[in-house]
Amino acid sequence: MLQFLVRRLIGAVVIMFLIGAFTFFLFYTVPQDFAQLSCGKNCSPENIAVIRENLGLDKPITTQFWEFMRGIVAGRDFAVGHCSAPCLGQSFDTGDFVWDSIMDRFPLTLSLTVGSLVIFLVIGLGSGMLAAWKRGTVVDKAVSGASMVLSSFQIYFLGPIVLGIFVYSTGWMDNPKYVPFLESPIDWAVALLIPWAVMATIFTAQYTRMSRSTMIEQLQEEHVRTARAKGMPQRYVFFRYAWRGSLAPIVTILGMDLSGLLAGGVVTEFTFDLAGIGRLAVDSSMSKDLPVTMGVMLFGAFFILLLNIVVDLAYAYIDPRVRLA
Amino acid sequence: MTSPIEAEDATASVALDEKTATKTTAADSAETPVGRSPGQLMWMRFKRDRTGVVSAIVVLFFFAVAALAPVISSLYGKDPYTLYAQEPDYPFLLDDFAMPSGSFGGVSSEFWFGVEPNLGRDVFTMLLYGMRTSLFMALVLTFFSVLTGVIVGMVGGYFGGKVDYWLGRVTDFFLSFPSQLFFIAFMPIVTALFVSPTDETPTYLRAVAILLVMWFLGWMGMARLVRSSVLSLREREFVEAAKVSGASRWRIVRKEILPNIVTPILVQGTYTLPSSILSIAFLSFVGVGFVEPTPDWGRMFAIGAEIYEQDPAFMFFPGIAMVVFVLCFNLLGDSVRDAFDPKTGR
Repeated sequence: MLQFLVRRLIGAVVIMFLIGAFTFFLFYTVPQDFAQLSCGKNCSPENIAVIRENLGLDKPITTQFWEFMRGIVAGRDFAVGHCSAPCLGQSFDTGDFVWDSIMDRFPLTLSLTVGSLVIFLVIGLGSGMLAAWKRGTVVDKAVSGASMVLSSFQIYFLGPIVLGIFVYSTGWMDNPKYVPFLESPIDWAVALLIPWAVMATIFTAQYTRMSRSTMIEQLQEEHVRTARAKGMPQRYVFFRYAWRGSLAPIVTILGMDLSGLLAGGVVTEFTFDLAGIGRLAVDSSMSKDLPVTMGVMLFGAFFILLLNIVVDLAYAYIDPRVRLA
Repeated sequence: MTSPIEAEDATASVALDEKTATKTTAADSAETPVGRSPGQLMWMRFKRDRTGVVSAIVVLFFFAVAALAPVISSLYGKDPYTLYAQEPDYPFLLDDFAMPSGSFGGVSSEFWFGVEPNLGRDVFTMLLYGMRTSLFMALVLTFFSVLTGVIVGMVGGYFGGKVDYWLGRVTDFFLSFPSQLFFIAFMPIVTALFVSPTDETPTYLRAVAILLVMWFLGWMGMARLVRSSVLSLREREFVEAAKVSGASRWRIVRKEILPNIVTPILVQGTYTLPSSILSIAFLSFVGVGFVEPTPDWGRMFAIGAEIYEQDPAFMFFPGIAMVVFVLCFNLLGDSVRDAFDPKTGR
């Protein structure tokens, strides 16, 4: 188990390095003068030279890359002060350290993604199992139909509708906002309830369909039939035998879906006008604030890789064969 | 959707001539006394599936409307760019708050789907042209992603060894990118490759930039699928037979392997198209895709979300249209899969 974890972590570090190198060289080989961009149109050549030096753009690109990579591990010194260990550089626009801006925004994105992840897994798997259990009945048809229709909705369409019903017309709830979890867990959950519900609705549908089909498959397996034949209680057969087997393919799909989950978080942010790392990415990308864009990219990749490792651990827990491999 | 089906028909008949039909077809044609090509069988099964046929008609309708957008709008007498609120012909189109003055977003016999708040453009033609933009972009994007995926997957799967190993690593690497963040980050960069930042970006360059960025991270799923299918086909007897009889590699790939993987490619392709539309809409929605005044489906949602509190009706038509389109396309994808491979029960 430990060996597996270490191997995965090393793999993740390698991938992070490659993504970093790839984006860095793509970004910085674009024929564009960023000193000019961040200084504005009426800028004297001396000012540009100063900015270029401050941003480190006067050095060769390989040196810049080396300094960037070293900064992540060991921190770097800028004109404004020291930027400590996971240093992703300094914004061209505001001069803030990128890591700090990300850390300001990330809790929201994390709350959105993980919150809705929990909701859609519970509801999706639950309704899928229900549909599989009652296969062919009205319940099954209702669940399958509803999930088909709901999966065709988009966050940016469903979001405003829900807002319209619960906030604008009835006033039952407030506009979604971010309250730090540590400040007040209850307010945190209440304020994010609408975004969670909307985001989860879109994702639930897919997991309902998948959980239904894998469950039906599992229920036809021979070991399940044997368990039934020897007179085991229905509930026991259903959960211990069939359900556990049906989880493995779902977890695999979940692992491939994580990037979509982050994307869903970004759309949700925009739909409900919340400031998470998606907003940071778009703003910095529009103003060509490369260090921030790059920092968000790397951070997003890191987040997905980390979740992937968690998913793999879950996979190993569910399927004993993986643990031995 | 007729063209892929017909295309399948043609290639599949070749497959039968070559005695390389899939197992399914072999079993099916044994039951039927009349000889039918796999394409014909597929078509027969598809025709019997009522959901599939209805979805196919709806999807076709969407494509027809998008293709005929200029014709329809000229008959209807409006275009998506004119600010009708400023025209002397329509004095009371918007009220004092710049909101549509009629009920339900200003729906009238003159403006079928209402009027856009603030600017007073016609929603119906905006939607028509928006769909046109999205569908066209998605078609091109799907075509190139599928093509790249098929080539990479075929090369990896057929040649194996080191080539396969490295192509696999590259695929894995691109799969680990946070794709939507990548799109957001690279849109301005790719545009900057073509135009200097001081100039206005022409719309067609924006479209090319969107296609390039999305194509870059759009082919991996197909490559994996094709690779695994080719791997299992490569060792089959008919391929061995072709090899022994001296067929060239190119011939084996083209005549023996390709006809047998058309089905998974087509099915995957029908699922790729709606997701491409949604990804392009995502870009425009967050503001890095198409910009004013290009009519685009995703951009209508951005406008709609901004003014939803004052004018919820604006989003109604684009939203419903998108839900119906995606729903029908997904149902169609399921039906196509069932028609090709009746064994996978749902």
